[in-house]
Amino acid sequence: METLEEIKTRVEAGIPGARLHIFANESPSAQRSLLVGNSHALSVAKFLRDDPHLRLDYCSNVTGVDWPESELTEKVKVKKLVDGEEKEVEETKKTVRPGFLEVVYHLYSIEKRHGPVILRLRTENRTDKASVPSLTPIWRGAEFQEREAFDLYGIVFDGHPDLRRILMWDEFKDFPMRKDYVEPDDYEYEPTPHDEVLERAQEHQAQAAGS
Amino acid sequence: MDEGLKSELQKQGIFVTSLEELYNWGRKNSLWPLSFGLACCAIEMIAASMSRWDLARFGAEVFRPSPRQADLMIVAGTVTKKMAPQVVRLYNQMGEPKYVIAMGACAISGGPFKQGYNVLKGIDRYIPVDVHIPGCPPRPEALLHAFITLQQKIAAQELTGPGRARHLDAGAPGEYPVPQFGEHDLLPPKNPDVWQPPVPAHT
Repeated sequence: METLEEIKTRVEAGIPGARLHIFANESPSAQRSLLVGNSHALSVAKFLRDDPHLRLDYCSNVTGVDWPESELTEKVKVKKLVDGEEKEVEETKKTVRPGFLEVVYHLYSIEKRHGPVILRLRTENRTDKASVPSLTPIWRGAEFQEREAFDLYGIVFDGHPDLRRILMWDEFKDFPMRKDYVEPDDYEYEPTPHDEVLERAQEHQAQAAGS
Repeated sequence: MDEGLKSELQKQGIFVTSLEELYNWGRKNSLWPLSFGLACCAIEMIAASMSRWDLARFGAEVFRPSPRQADLMIVAGTVTKKMAPQVVRLYNQMGEPKYVIAMGACAISGGPFKQGYNVLKGIDRYIPVDVHIPGCPPRPEALLHAFITLQQKIAAQELTGPGRARHLDAGAPGEYPVPQFGEHDLLPPKNPDVWQPPVPAHT
């Protein structure tokens, strides 16, 4: 299979206006992925599926990732006047990265027997603009998995043929796989509590004793 | 009746019994389970009913597909919160006398999924359970043991008096409220008439 750089160049040449970003992976697997903007996601997906050299005809996995708002700290060397002398001083710079949700598609080619090519889409934020274009029109097999990502992460897939909850019941309001999900307080009986469960159980006991 | 006299008479070919004993003997040897599997424990339940462990030896080979024809519900496997109302509804639809075996770690407590957002922390929060079997999954022998335990329990049931069996007591509850799907959890999260949290040994 071509390298990710070659795929990126060809996709950008084939689809005017499309900008792809190669998303580095610092873990031992070093499996990199392609970050695609939402406006061109559908045409990029179609290109990857139909291109005679790639023929990524099989979407094996769709999953969500929750990136909550986080504070990034960076150490920056700054030149400063210290006691009348100019010196290099290390300063920590803090930036707030707004939260967003991400969808990850793992694509393979049954025909060419290669893969995976990993595609990422991002939502604007985690609240009112949590939508990405659905790739179910390109890979029909993504339908249920996109519904799962909608159910557990609250990612809205525009253009999905049947976007309903799939695992939890329809009346359910939360998104359990998000990092800020708080499960209902049913810690009244924990025979062997430890760590987080111990904390929750103690909280519950204190509340029960107070009321 | 005196046990010694009874055994003496039996040696002479005379069987003496009470109506209660006869009635319970008949019931305990023809328990018809509801064919009902929720997860991997069901595989062990199926194995127990097949030739190698042969549940038929205990009169329980007839797995019924309808709750109307079943006496025993074997809750075999993980009860998810989405499934719990259906389990309670099936239990309500069973005719008296009815019994429940909660099979496996998940059915009795939530098991490895206890802290999950989607799994009920034990079916005994909504319906009365007669025998709990721990294990993940329990071996067929454990299910046979639970069966024999249940048979002993049935054999000891009284037909009259204040401590009589539930199905002979018109005032005893036969149906239990079916939980509703709520916005965050099942409503109510437990039935306090059936289950109260045990007091933990260490606090």
